[in-house]
Amino acid sequence: MAKDKKHNTEIVTKPQWFDGESVTIPMLQILKEDGSFHQGADMPEYDKDLIVKIHDTMQFIRTLDERMIAAQRQGRISFYLASRGEEAESVASAAALDSGDMIMGQYREQGALAYRGFTVEQFMNQLFSNEKDLGKGRQMPVHYGCAELNFMTISSPLGTQIPQATGYAFGQKMDKTGKCTICYFGEGAASEGDFHAALNMASVYKVPVIFFCRNNGYAISTPSQGEQYGGDGIAPRGIGYGIKTIRVDGNDVFAVLKATQEARRLAVEENEPVLIEAMSYRMSGHSTSDDPTGYRTREEEEGWKVKDPLDRLQKWMKNEGWLNDEDVQQQHEEVKAKVLAALKEAEKVPAPHIDELINDVYDEPTPLLKEQLEELKAHIRKYPDAYPKTSGRLD
Amino acid sequence: MAKMNLLQAINSALDLAMAKHDNVYSFGEDTGGFGGVFRATSGLTEKYGKHRNFNTPLVEQGIIGFANGLASQGSYAVAEIQFGDYIFPAFDQIVNESAKFRYRSGNEFNVGGLTIRTPYGGGIAGGHYHSQSPEAYFAHTPGMKIVTPRNPYEAKGLLLSAIFDPNPVLFMEPKRLYRASTGDVPEEEYTIPLGKADVVKEGTDITVLAWGAQMEVTEKAVEKAEQDGVSCEVIDLRTILPWDVETVTQSVLKTGRLVISQEAPITGGFASEIAATVQDKCFLYLESPIARVCGIDVPYPLCHEKEYMADHLKIYEAITRSMNY
Repeated sequence: MAKDKKHNTEIVTKPQWFDGESVTIPMLQILKEDGSFHQGADMPEYDKDLIVKIHDTMQFIRTLDERMIAAQRQGRISFYLASRGEEAESVASAAALDSGDMIMGQYREQGALAYRGFTVEQFMNQLFSNEKDLGKGRQMPVHYGCAELNFMTISSPLGTQIPQATGYAFGQKMDKTGKCTICYFGEGAASEGDFHAALNMASVYKVPVIFFCRNNGYAISTPSQGEQYGGDGIAPRGIGYGIKTIRVDGNDVFAVLKATQEARRLAVEENEPVLIEAMSYRMSGHSTSDDPTGYRTREEEEGWKVKDPLDRLQKWMKNEGWLNDEDVQQQHEEVKAKVLAALKEAEKVPAPHIDELINDVYDEPTPLLKEQLEELKAHIRKYPDAYPKTSGRLD
Repeated sequence: MAKMNLLQAINSALDLAMAKHDNVYSFGEDTGGFGGVFRATSGLTEKYGKHRNFNTPLVEQGIIGFANGLASQGSYAVAEIQFGDYIFPAFDQIVNESAKFRYRSGNEFNVGGLTIRTPYGGGIAGGHYHSQSPEAYFAHTPGMKIVTPRNPYEAKGLLLSAIFDPNPVLFMEPKRLYRASTGDVPEEEYTIPLGKADVVKEGTDITVLAWGAQMEVTEKAVEKAEQDGVSCEVIDLRTILPWDVETVTQSVLKTGRLVISQEAPITGGFASEIAATVQDKCFLYLESPIARVCGIDVPYPLCHEKEYMADHLKIYEAITRSMNY
């Protein structure tokens, strides 16, 4: 890619201007909205087991999201962030990876985490900030992380994970691990300086990283076109940085799978960083703190409903005889029951012990932190009613 | 007079500032027609158009860099950073650019028209990244002014001062009080001077000092201490940089005792700066060590938020300890 362009530049004697029209990037689609394949499309590698696993994970996440939004409305959890309409992006891309590849998410990639095997109990423990949460209850709901599953813990500040992915992939390359890093982010986060730093450095160092942009049309209330960017989305930026780039239909499981499979091969076998821009739509609000009726129309949402990634996949699977309406209904009920049971269980698990407050600030608590904790405990002992979460077990 | 909450008071200040001068601009992430995630800029696009109140792309360093440029051109740039926790990509623009623009150019150029509005502080189940109080990072930066209001009346008067102050101002809004704090606010324009602390309540035994959202907690602690017969003088610092040394030291010379409370972690916090200056200027008048009631030295935690916070019970205990020293 990064040829020594300085010496290959053609010389012209009249001004030539280039703009967005100079490069137009098409969108890969394999599965049409009606649930049938485009004829002659290049197919990803897949078998029934893989597609069923992708489907079941998407179904699980959709049901989980629904139930947890309801739980937030009931005041049982403080916050939630759904991925409705974008399940194909995170699930089908994760399905193209090796389980040893690192995943760095933004915060709407619960699908990738579920695909890796994060259990419904693990989801619930994080959402309820209880003592079984791997993150020790320190972060807001949906900020998952799991070292065992190679899923880096989510951080709220946008875009910070993108250059980190470049660095992580550099280490993977140097250690000859044969693994890569996939980094998810939204088209809004791609406005951050971190995005540009990440792509440029990946291009310079030739590292096995897959930048996966979920272009879902909105950053909270800000629409992508014209307000987030003036150009043709995110993909042309990849070309500008000398990175292999593709745009895919993010609501098409097969297109996402195909693009990510090829991306992984380029990353791992050729140390080529890759940018995938997946076009989709955030069917849900940004989070439970947000009401999209304030900034977009019902008609616009309806226009995207017909492109729904899960419906589209189910249509195809039904045609293949891999699924029927009863299966879908039964599966939905099963997942719902599983989620509700896990929710009730997680609610009963106590908050982390107060001693956890000072752990992990450093590898070991400092003397000053220990002193601060002891002072705090003495204070809680004096006013136990004011701190009901922790006063019952201070020792 | 009208009954307003803190958000409405801020909205009113922005409205009046934009009506007063055509070159006052308000912008930030989601702050356009939608009015911002907290709705502080509601209605401004309808009233002044999308070229005066608008959305920016999602890039904090860009927002403040853009605002610096706009202010250097002579306009009033009122930039919102959606949460104080997200201000750090703009740290370079603020610390190296906003704060030094005038000084480095020998006053050839300045960004006096810059005001950065940002919600800060905890108590809203916001975890690490929707709870921090980052004032101390910026208080270490000569050239910036840092202001934080405690209620709607203060918010409007201080913000109007901040917008038209000939220096760049970081205006930190206590988000926990956005809707919780209400009060009578004049509908017309008025200002509250920057750099001047407010003696909220006079007293003789001990000075209790705080700023922003911590004022509400402090007043609750003081109420409890007064039931024990302790006469507290309560001061709202209002402007963190440059801070009102005179008002604070005069009070401590009178009471001989000082408790300072901040939400941010104790180490390297602005309470420490105040304590150092006060012990220097009031050493022989002090009856007890200056107490700091602050967050502890850990990242702001979600599940132990209540335990972490410098709440009224902790401040009350500090007042009692100081009195019994």
